[in-house]
Amino acid sequence: MRLSGRQISCIRGGRGVFSGLDFEASSGEVLAVVGPNGSGKTSLLRLLAGLLAPAGGSIELEGGEAELTLPEQAHYLGHRDALKPALSVRENLSFWRDFLGGKAGDVSESLSAVGLGHAIHLPAAFLSAGQRRRLSIARLLVVRRSVWLLDEPTSALDTAGQDLFVGVMREHLAGGGIIVAATHTPLGIEARELRMGGGK
Amino acid sequence: MTALAALIRRDIKIALRVGGGALIGVLFFLTVTVLMPFAIGPDLPLLARLGPAILWLGALLASLLTLDRLFTADHEDGSLDLIAMGQTPLELACAAKALAHWLAAGVPLIVATPALGLLLNLDASATSAVALTLLVGTPALTFTGMIGAALAVTLHRGGLLLAVLVLPLSIPVLIFGVAASQAAISGPLSFGTPFSILCALSLVSLVVGPFAAAASLRHGLD
Repeated sequence: MRLSGRQISCIRGGRGVFSGLDFEASSGEVLAVVGPNGSGKTSLLRLLAGLLAPAGGSIELEGGEAELTLPEQAHYLGHRDALKPALSVRENLSFWRDFLGGKAGDVSESLSAVGLGHAIHLPAAFLSAGQRRRLSIARLLVVRRSVWLLDEPTSALDTAGQDLFVGVMREHLAGGGIIVAATHTPLGIEARELRMGGGK
Repeated sequence: MTALAALIRRDIKIALRVGGGALIGVLFFLTVTVLMPFAIGPDLPLLARLGPAILWLGALLASLLTLDRLFTADHEDGSLDLIAMGQTPLELACAAKALAHWLAAGVPLIVATPALGLLLNLDASATSAVALTLLVGTPALTFTGMIGAALAVTLHRGGLLLAVLVLPLSIPVLIFGVAASQAAISGPLSFGTPFSILCALSLVSLVVGPFAAAASLRHGLD
């Protein structure tokens, strides 16, 4: 499987964020998107997730499932956690498993894998920022999707959480997955680097 | 199908829990209706004549009150991004959300109508006529209101803008809802004509609402 972008440009609010961007990532590879604030890291991830329309260029996924689009084969882990405070940890995750569908795993197993096994009945309103992040990561595990688009995935995670996340990413890559991650801090995993220009 | 069922179940659950706001609508409906006799005075025939209109206005304003949260909550916490990325078409997801909203916030209004009819000196047949027109008409309010809710999300302005956008769209529903209730109570028109038009309005909004809301959300998600 290969994810590639050719000559992509992005315009937001009438301002060109970036243009002429080329990148490529194959199965088992991490593409680390780095660059200063405002250089368009999040915009690039949202373009890949289909939440923004590119102003030019093309994005392609070769070797994926033919009848699905790239966003339908991708997980997007953004700044916002997509959790409902009124629902319990288990209800939050079960909802995303049922809604995102596809090859779905076991909710309890995924929660234990991210170290939330003890809190399944707790309303999400009582989770700390790090725990909320762990719960979002559990969403990546409970539904299998081959492309992960991660925006600052390790923010709010403690050291143990970061180690755990590295393990989760390694497993995904070993299964032939692709990861595109926007990050300021090293991910703790070998990655191909995509450097975004400084706010042209 | 499981995806839509999951979405409906989740939205109803959230609406019925603390802070969900579904029952706020009923309380508001109750308050508006209880205030009316104080404003109009204890003239029983007059209250009975105005009753259907008061109930319809109360239901309209109450449904407007809760529509605001239809998409904003999902937009604020990022759920809307993931819903848009899913394999479920956004139009169907919008329809499912509106249906859940109607079940959690619209149906309680209809259930409360008989009790509120008593306060307005409506007899049993008049109350059931109003309840029946509300049952048929409130889906139209929810599904046209959804368009306004989607626009309000993309324009980053909630509340007031929603009211300004949605109230004009609900005028036809209000006209034929009240006309059908009046026809059932006092005539001289037959009940069937305005009631059929009300049904038609609901059916049209069921089709148009999800497409318009999804288009608006797609355009504004960035």
